[in-house]
Amino acid sequence: MKKKWGIERYLTIVTILAVFGLWFGLTATGAFSETIIPSPASVWESFLDVAKDGYKGHTLLEHLGTSLERLVIAYLLVVVTAVPLGLLSGYNSKIRAILEPIVEFYRPLPPLAYYTILVLWMGIDESSKLALLYLAGFAPVYINCVSGVIRIKEDYINGAKTLGASKKQIFFYVIFPAALTDVFTGLRTALGVEYTTLVSAEMVAATAGMGWLVLDASNYLRSDVVFMGVIIMGITGVLLDRIIRFVEHKVVHWKGRT
Amino acid sequence: MSDTWKEKLYEPSDELIAVQNVNYEGQEPIIEGEELISINNVDLSYTGKTGPIKALENINFNIFPKEFICVLGPSGCGKSTLLKILAGFISPTAGSVKLDGEEIHGTDWHRGVVFQHPPLYEWFSVRTNVAFGPKMRGVPKEEYEPLVEEYLKKVNLTEFADKKIYELSGGMKQRVSIARALINDPEILLMDEPFGALDALTRESVQDLTRKIWWDTGKTIFFITHDVEEALLLASRIIVLSKHPGRVIEDIQVNFSRQIVEDLVTDIKFSPEFYKYREKLLRLINSQE
Repeated sequence: MKKKWGIERYLTIVTILAVFGLWFGLTATGAFSETIIPSPASVWESFLDVAKDGYKGHTLLEHLGTSLERLVIAYLLVVVTAVPLGLLSGYNSKIRAILEPIVEFYRPLPPLAYYTILVLWMGIDESSKLALLYLAGFAPVYINCVSGVIRIKEDYINGAKTLGASKKQIFFYVIFPAALTDVFTGLRTALGVEYTTLVSAEMVAATAGMGWLVLDASNYLRSDVVFMGVIIMGITGVLLDRIIRFVEHKVVHWKGRT
Repeated sequence: MSDTWKEKLYEPSDELIAVQNVNYEGQEPIIEGEELISINNVDLSYTGKTGPIKALENINFNIFPKEFICVLGPSGCGKSTLLKILAGFISPTAGSVKLDGEEIHGTDWHRGVVFQHPPLYEWFSVRTNVAFGPKMRGVPKEEYEPLVEEYLKKVNLTEFADKKIYELSGGMKQRVSIARALINDPEILLMDEPFGALDALTRESVQDLTRKIWWDTGKTIFFITHDVEEALLLASRIIVLSKHPGRVIEDIQVNFSRQIVEDLVTDIKFSPEFYKYREKLLRLINSQE
């Protein structure tokens, strides 16, 4: 992929600058209190302050690290379980018949609805948070893997059969790679869903984490810290998505070219 | 390999105009010797909205080694269905298909298939796609690697061996697909309208290639097409199916393909004989519409 600096890129940059300009302008007029819209300067100050001295016992990096650790652990669990189970469910209708109703039932539920149950079962510390993130990420990966396998053209499989491939070989050499584009769609969706669920997970009995930082700061009307936290979460989210997209581009090099 | 089969394939006929209706009931072999595949009383019906629909009815013919059979018919005559039965993707509702005297069940690599839209694996290079069959069958690497080169050369793709599939043109993809099927040395190569989606020039070159491979290797080929000219340019025998349900309504031997490849006749398309055959077959097919 070649980097092209078309008109679109300039439009994007202008939009970002315009949002910043609006932010500067609105706060400079003094029409809004610092609690409603903190000025960029105070947000920047709180960033430097939290980065250096921390917020309630933890530095910014520690807050971010705690959140990312939860995210990454839950995410890796999703990758190693939802991908194989999803692919198998797509390949074998009996496995699908067992798993799909469960996933279909809990998938539309708001995570907070079942988080209370998870807390009751697993306690209030890390494990329930990880379980919540795991469940949030499992469904999109599973569903995309299933549809990825189901969408595979019959001739791909028939072709492999006429060339002498066994069922197992078909799964590993044909089904798995053919479904990879959908697997990655699921993985990207899952990352987004987990990231948004993170704040919910850190609402209960957490003492660190970006979600907790934002919620705690809002309790004390520290809008500057809230804004700072939200911006950092936004940037981190974009970076994480970029990483997945980079990996996808390397692995599924044929995507969009067939 | 003895080349006597090539002589046996065609009896010179003075009466090219009177297309002979060689028996398709399978009682007298067209070429002496054992049949490779025998299709006996094959029916195929599937369930439609208003009850069962018959796609194929009472199909009876034998396929002999080294024949190049083209099956012609109007669209919807079930010719692809017949190929799917031979490949083992579907089972006939009634009747049987035997390969070397044994009834076929499901697919296996003795019956290679070339699909209309080549299902090549984009995640593998051209070379790995061609090597797929032997690799899956557990043929040792040092054995199949020279084979891969050989078959890439047969389809003139040696320079493209390390390309990605998406870098190939439609004609090249179909050539990879042919090499991939042939490397397994199947007893029969089943081709399902393989060149239907190609432009005229590309089609001509892959037709030439297919004819050459058939002549050089003596492979039995079963080829589905709706293009009368294509059938005449390639086949050693043409079978015509009727529409709804598909029944064999014509079964003839032709020798234009041999004339092109052996006597190096060019422009055979413009010969009066070719014209007469084409008209006869076209009229037969159009009468089905």
